[in-house]
Amino acid sequence: MHLPDSVLSAPVLVGGAALAAGGVALGLRRMDIDRVPQVAVLASALFVASLVHVPVPPTSAHLVLNGLAGAVLGWSVFPAMLIALLLQAILYGHGGLAGLGVNTVTMALPGVIVWQLFRGGMVRSPSRPAVFAFGALAGGLAVAMAIGLTALALLASGREYRTVALTAVVAHLPVMAVEAVVTGFVVTFVRKVRPELLGARCGFGQPA
Amino acid sequence: MVCETYFSGNSVVHRLDPRAKLVAAVAFSAVVATSYRTPVLIAALALAIALALAAGLPAGPLWRRLAAVNAFVLLAAALLPFSTPGAPLVWVGSVPYTVEGLVLGARIAAKTNAIVLVVTALLSTVEITRLGHAMSHLRLPSKLIHLMLMTVRYVDLLHHEYHRLATAMKVRGFRPRATLHTYRSLGNLVGMLLVRSFDRSQRIVAAMKCRGFNGRFYVLDHFRFAARDAVFAVLTVLVTAGLLVGEYAWPIR
Repeated sequence: MHLPDSVLSAPVLVGGAALAAGGVALGLRRMDIDRVPQVAVLASALFVASLVHVPVPPTSAHLVLNGLAGAVLGWSVFPAMLIALLLQAILYGHGGLAGLGVNTVTMALPGVIVWQLFRGGMVRSPSRPAVFAFGALAGGLAVAMAIGLTALALLASGREYRTVALTAVVAHLPVMAVEAVVTGFVVTFVRKVRPELLGARCGFGQPA
Repeated sequence: MVCETYFSGNSVVHRLDPRAKLVAAVAFSAVVATSYRTPVLIAALALAIALALAAGLPAGPLWRRLAAVNAFVLLAAALLPFSTPGAPLVWVGSVPYTVEGLVLGARIAAKTNAIVLVVTALLSTVEITRLGHAMSHLRLPSKLIHLMLMTVRYVDLLHHEYHRLATAMKVRGFRPRATLHTYRSLGNLVGMLLVRSFDRSQRIVAAMKCRGFNGRFYVLDHFRFAARDAVFAVLTVLVTAGLLVGEYAWPIR
């Protein structure tokens, strides 16, 4: 879902780079050196998981997982996303380097926002359906915000892009729904099996 | 498999100092992405093709990479004429399909391909660990580089782990369909992958601490800035300056 830098205008590229630099700096400052291997391994896992193809009628799509990334990485999602995008640029040739900032912000900022909004719900809810609901909200909203920010970056780059932006938004609506459901299940599973991964102290049915 | 794309070789481009290549790739990317004038973009594309040829990139993988990138470009180029004001080429219903839109699409195609070719020629020809060391010599935050090197280390491994889990599901008869059962199973698959990675990361931290890890990351690659790197650096400055002059200061429109 990331944009090649060739469609973005200079002010958007510079603004994105500045915002991303701020987010990455904050993420790095809050990341203890002992936490670096953990963030790296989790980021690799999310990178791999985002290659999973999920049936989205009438076709299939790959997961975005930026909401889940926010839920398990917190502010570290900024540096982790920057690295993932840099590796994609180098390893697969997905776009250039000038757009790294914009794409980091469109993906990582929604992750941080849903983490702030739903962390409490995912960590403290005593019942499975509630945890599922918060996870699904986090997953769905993160994709919605990411595609919204992407469309905004396109529109800010030029009014000619409005049909492209609109097409991208519409094409991602089913993805958003599926992402919400899958993220809900992932969060429920993780809360049950390794609650500390979400920053929780306990799973279900145990005393807090 | 995930990291298939290191293009090995022994060309002049391969032997350049990774620090110079990284800086050049960033500069070229930024200048070309913000250029709009046709002659500038044609020059950039020609230079990019020349660099790719000099690097002797293998045709097959390079072709696949360009095809993937151009899928988005084609979509954008097909849609842009609907929303770009200008002289209509044809009318689709009551909506004009403009020449200007097609020109804009062609410009975006030229830019994208030029940038991808240069990034591939300069950065996919450096081993990623050496690139990390180059970044560290360029004074990028050490935690960020550390994060990158460890991510590279584990992506491949976790990809195998993912395949083990996916195979286990397959032999038990799992077929992905658009059902809640599928989404729950895939959610559990991703969850399991995260849980295993989390456990693995704790073992990694413990193992690193046992070996006296104190937060420092020692860089073993030291690069020598040779004469050819100086030539390359001068060329980079000339090319980017030339493109900038062509874009902003060339008197003839």
